Amino acid sequence: MDHNTHSTAGPRELQMARSMCWHCQSEVAGEYFCDRCVKVQPVSKELDYFTCLGFPRRLTIDQHQLEAKFYELSRAFHPDFYQNKSAAEQTISLGNSAMLNTAYRTLRDPIERAEYLLDLEAGSVKEIRNSPPADLFEEILELQDTLNEYRATGRVSETESPLRAKLRSERNTLEQRQRDMEATLQQLFVQWDKLQDRGEATDQARAERDRILKQMREHLSNRTYVKNIVSDLASTIG
Amino acid sequence: MARIVGIDLGTTNSLVAYMADGRPRVIPGRNGRTMVPSVVAMTDNGLIVGDSAKEHLTRSPERTVYSVKRFMGKGLEDVQGELAYFPYHLTEQGGVIRIKLGEKSYSPPQISAMILKELKQRAEAYLGESITKAVITVPAYFNDSQRQATKDAGMIAGLDVLRIINEPTAASLAYGLQQKTQGTIAVYDLGGGTFDISILKLKNGIFEVLATNGDTHLGGDDFDRQIADLFVREIREQQGLDLNAYPDHMQAVRLEAERTKIRLSDELKATAILDLPEGKGRYSRDFTRDQVESLSMELVERSLEPCRLALKDAGLTPNDIDEVVLVGGSTRMPLVRQRVQALFGKEPHCELDPDEVVALGAAVQADILSGGTTDLLLLDVTPLSLGIETMGGVMSSLIRRNTTIPASAKEMFTTYVDGQTGVDIHILQGERELVRDNRSLARFRLKVPPLPAGVPRIEVTFLIDANGILNVSARDVRTGETQSLAVKPSFGLSDDEVERMIGESFKFAADDLKARQLIEARTEAEVILMATEKALKQGGHLVGEEDLSSIRSSMAAVEATKSGEDHKAIRAKMADLENATHHLAEVLMDTSLKEALENKKLSEIT
Repeated sequence: MDHNTHSTAGPRELQMARSMCWHCQSEVAGEYFCDRCVKVQPVSKELDYFTCLGFPRRLTIDQHQLEAKFYELSRAFHPDFYQNKSAAEQTISLGNSAMLNTAYRTLRDPIERAEYLLDLEAGSVKEIRNSPPADLFEEILELQDTLNEYRATGRVSETESPLRAKLRSERNTLEQRQRDMEATLQQLFVQWDKLQDRGEATDQARAERDRILKQMREHLSNRTYVKNIVSDLASTIG
Repeated sequence: MARIVGIDLGTTNSLVAYMADGRPRVIPGRNGRTMVPSVVAMTDNGLIVGDSAKEHLTRSPERTVYSVKRFMGKGLEDVQGELAYFPYHLTEQGGVIRIKLGEKSYSPPQISAMILKELKQRAEAYLGESITKAVITVPAYFNDSQRQATKDAGMIAGLDVLRIINEPTAASLAYGLQQKTQGTIAVYDLGGGTFDISILKLKNGIFEVLATNGDTHLGGDDFDRQIADLFVREIREQQGLDLNAYPDHMQAVRLEAERTKIRLSDELKATAILDLPEGKGRYSRDFTRDQVESLSMELVERSLEPCRLALKDAGLTPNDIDEVVLVGGSTRMPLVRQRVQALFGKEPHCELDPDEVVALGAAVQADILSGGTTDLLLLDVTPLSLGIETMGGVMSSLIRRNTTIPASAKEMFTTYVDGQTGVDIHILQGERELVRDNRSLARFRLKVPPLPAGVPRIEVTFLIDANGILNVSARDVRTGETQSLAVKPSFGLSDDEVERMIGESFKFAADDLKARQLIEARTEAEVILMATEKALKQGGHLVGEEDLSSIRSSMAAVEATKSGEDHKAIRAKMADLENATHHLAEVLMDTSLKEALENKKLSEIT
């Protein structure tokens, strides 16, 4: 089958508020509902998830606030509350709910949130690493050999024990590696938020911004790589 | 807005409930029972449903359908392993199972529609109004085809199915409303044929499902089968008799196994008794609860694995669960309660009747949809990952399992060859890597304008709605035109087939009604003729000649219309006859009163 993976990247700039109510054609001043005819308004598909949920583009988000906002908007948009409304309003409710659910799912998880922000800020499609990060190269190659050997022994034979023990310790090492990467990412998230809060438009600030994004990208992709190896390992040795 | 009822369309029993004064209530039948056995029998007098159909299980097993829910949204191949257990005949047509009943074959949605109609009529009789809208529950782990089949059944029954909701989440609504349950809860739902586990967070009226898992082929039926197999094995060993050759006795075995299991939930000992064919007398067997539990252990254990997976997907441990709720008749088994309690480390709740709680929750959801209840909101998830086939027979996931619904995903398609005019899309559901290990949902061909390779850009949107049912739409990004898609379900009825079945159902319903009215009128006419004859013998001499001839001619008129097909004509002539006998009746009444008084006097004297 012929298909390309669709990029989730929307336009970079913040979308302007909708100008006109689809129903009464009056100027829409309200956030989600027309002030005049009280009809629900479609959330623009170009709206980024941060804006959709009413949060600034920061990587530290209060989970409780996020959840509260999600619940509030769910009550506003969910199809359950549009059963007696017109077909057009039902369609809008369905689209808005689906968008809201995606936005919440993305922002709820710190890693997905960062990947999404990176996508918005630097326009990167999620990068999937095919080769190990440089500092892990030797280690991973060796691990692959051990894994192959382990698989070849048929897993049940007596000879597996030392191999299995070795794989176990490898797994622990890699899991620690993953945690380290996540800790580094956490620091980068804080740096990003501070930089944004300062709101400087200097060359220095721009360079700092690019540095943080670049490092974030690298660590995110390394982490994904290690995480995949760990889960592969986990499913092999059980 | 017209009333919406909540329906629990179960494997073994079904119920209908409604909301009154902020409380859900189950609607009882004329016999006072709330459960309608999900059994449909084809008799010489037509189709019957429920308690009366259940009696036909042993009388005409090949024409009595039970557990039809197991076949919803399935192909024959899916149920190959258990065909031997069912006495009725199954075939397949266009990927959909057909059940042969007498001369005709019916799809599982048609059979389910008969059960739904019974519930609809029950609600109409009880509430004294026409019912056309319903919320119907399904197992949380039902896939798209099974949900669609349930919706089709509703349509065939003449119901506008406003929402398909998951059974465990429905139960949580009932608990949340009536028991004010809060926090993180696990709903363990073991029904007649299916098992579900759902983990939910209840906060300020929002019921957010965090994860769900299950087994659509694990329920009370399977426990009964373990016991029934033991009966059959022992009878073969003791009597040299293979009951498999006697479908009626096999049904008796199944029902006795169920009864034994149910008795052992309350008692420690029970005796199963079966009449044997071929003059072999009786089979009688004492059972202890321990014995049944050892037969059930493996099945109960099988339900625990989905519980662990759901916890894992929710990112929780058993300690994080504040409350455990038991749903479904099979959770009455003490062993189930023990194992669930051991897994979660806390005593499970069962304040609400596990047989009724799902229907009650469906009524709550119905009330939310009709705008009655505004403070509760259910945010459910899709139980299985949705994806499409990519090169090399691999499934590419678009919407992950346990994603909150409504959920949507977009995918851009283009061409690899110049002038290519179509792209085939194969939609799948499941968690496995390879296409062949997942469930095929549907196929369709995307129309593409003939252009150089890579130039066309068609955006396909996969949207799972609040019912957990997939909707697909396509848009040509260059022209902005939307494209209508003819999606061919892999295991479901096409729209045309459903239309036809709805038509047939109305036609049958009209025919059935007419036939029933005629039969009723004829029977009543016979009763009134006999009564008049009797009255004439008793009191004919007490009325005048004029009365007598008027009665005689009215009787002849009833007799004449009775052999016709018009129930209204019969009723009209019956009314005439009643008028004609008015005087006679009065006279007889007087006489019998006098006699009664005389008797009384007589008795007083003596």
